[in-house]
Amino acid sequence: MAKTLMKGNEALAEAAIMAGCKLFFGYPITPQNEIPEYLSRRLPEVGGCYLQAESEVAASNMLYGAAGVGERVFTSSSGPGISLMSEGLSYIAGAQLPVVLVNIVRGGPGLGGILPAQSDYSQATRGIGHGDFRILVLAPSSVQEAADLIMDAFDLADKYRGPVMVMGDGMIGQMMEPVEFKTRKKAKLPPKTWAATGYKGDRERSIINSLYLDPLKLEENSWRLKAGYDAMARDELRWELFNCEGSYDVLIAAYGSTARICKTVIQMLKKRGISVGLFRPITLFPYPNKQLYDAAQKAKSVFCVEMSTGQMLDDVKIALEGTRPIQFYGRTGGIIPTPDEIIRQIEKIMKGEEVDKR
Amino acid sequence: MSKVVFKRPKALLPVTTHYCPGCSHGIVHRIIAECIDELGIQERTVGIAPVGCSVLAYNYFNTDFFEASHGRAPAVATGAKRARPDLIIFTYQGDGDLASIGMAEIVHSCNRGEKITVVFINNTVYGMTGGQMAPTTMPGQVTTTSPYGRDVALMGWPIRMCELLSSLKTEGFIARASTHSTKEIIKTKKMIKKAFELQVANRCFSFVEVLSTCPTNWGMTPKQAQQRLLKDMIPYFPLGIFKSPNGDESKS
Repeated sequence: MAKTLMKGNEALAEAAIMAGCKLFFGYPITPQNEIPEYLSRRLPEVGGCYLQAESEVAASNMLYGAAGVGERVFTSSSGPGISLMSEGLSYIAGAQLPVVLVNIVRGGPGLGGILPAQSDYSQATRGIGHGDFRILVLAPSSVQEAADLIMDAFDLADKYRGPVMVMGDGMIGQMMEPVEFKTRKKAKLPPKTWAATGYKGDRERSIINSLYLDPLKLEENSWRLKAGYDAMARDELRWELFNCEGSYDVLIAAYGSTARICKTVIQMLKKRGISVGLFRPITLFPYPNKQLYDAAQKAKSVFCVEMSTGQMLDDVKIALEGTRPIQFYGRTGGIIPTPDEIIRQIEKIMKGEEVDKR
Repeated sequence: MSKVVFKRPKALLPVTTHYCPGCSHGIVHRIIAECIDELGIQERTVGIAPVGCSVLAYNYFNTDFFEASHGRAPAVATGAKRARPDLIIFTYQGDGDLASIGMAEIVHSCNRGEKITVVFINNTVYGMTGGQMAPTTMPGQVTTTSPYGRDVALMGWPIRMCELLSSLKTEGFIARASTHSTKEIIKTKKMIKKAFELQVANRCFSFVEVLSTCPTNWGMTPKQAQQRLLKDMIPYFPLGIFKSPNGDESKS
């Protein structure tokens, strides 16, 4: 298929349809509005259903209903809306239903702003709602990768029977880039025998449920979910190493748009004969701990850069187990760090100085 | 030869429920199950019961089922029905659930004309959590969170859902029935059956409010509870068909 120039949000929407998803329930919020707008045009063309819910709370419960009858379904939102969806997501996780959601992150807390940020990292990776659960989180750093990852997200959701989030920042959603929609082989997935499609007596009744009044059964459900997360950590980790073949004193840890800016930084420094490596996690949960640890052992120190006040930083610390000094630089609130300001910080690190606070 | 003249509907499982003596849930469950049997839709019916006394309804109906979060059953039903329009989807909700936390979901599902059936149990109190004040609690009614009686100056008047929903322009079937007497129970069944029939015909959104008793949280015997329903509730919550696609509205 030829490459098309598209906005990230529209590419995400089209790729979801290509992944066989014909149901979308959502609520308007900037900076992801191109997703519902695109789908409100496109889904009727392919015999699907686009529905604008009365709220994100309702949208997340519509996902619960659609996923519970066994159909592929997705939604998109941004921070304030994702907070409202956390109710439905907790029930979806508890009932082990596959859904896909997109968070095009804007600055917070509260109403915050509408410009790109990475300030929902902790919300996404630490469970997103009440109870003992996690969701698989994928973080693209280009429009092409966003399109590829959302197609994978539907298969992963079906495989692990839980919510999968594609988390981009406002920049991924809003910028235009060439994108190719790659047709792919249908993944081998187990049939959805658990779906509530009507009881005909040929199987147990399907009960879509997260209620376990018996504590032993609730505990069993929590450990069942945990076993899924352990399997993801074993089989689904994704990461990218950039300029890590040779030697480097500093290893940058960054994801999404920030990682892309850091690649520019690395190329600029290369021209000056300075070698810096980049570790870019693509799965934010589960986090590629060992892969970061290994890459860091070649460096003297690790430099974490984010569009937040330091959220992925926690995971970097966990991964490194105290083996390397870590410095952090963050811009947030919708400010995107420039290559020059990141280079200034790396120069300081190489001189053994503390980086700027911001 | 003896002939079976009365038996358990196929759509109702042969189990003991957790409902209190004198509670209307058992009657309404049976009515729904009879309607499912009579319409021959058991194999394609999916029920949804959100948080409330009936959250365990999935243990009682012999159909596929969803447990849903508080108030959101109409949204869950919307998702399920839009995904699988061939299924018959009903929700079973209480008054705290539907008229308070789930107000947005019920109003918008009704307004979109979702082809679902909603059975709304109104007993003027939160049952499962132990008898707190609901949006439908009557003026002066004592509950665990209105120990001096509901003060309408502070908390407003009880919300009448049928009246509210029937003000929406979208076509729909909106009715209120009661369980305080055999005669009314028979009428309730007629309304619930009509509601399911309209969904089977893919016609419109259908909603039946059933005035119900909660002797435990009202602090009454079952008989006193039925008398209270008749005397206090019906004058404020009149029975009848408030809106119908067939134009056969009738109020008592």
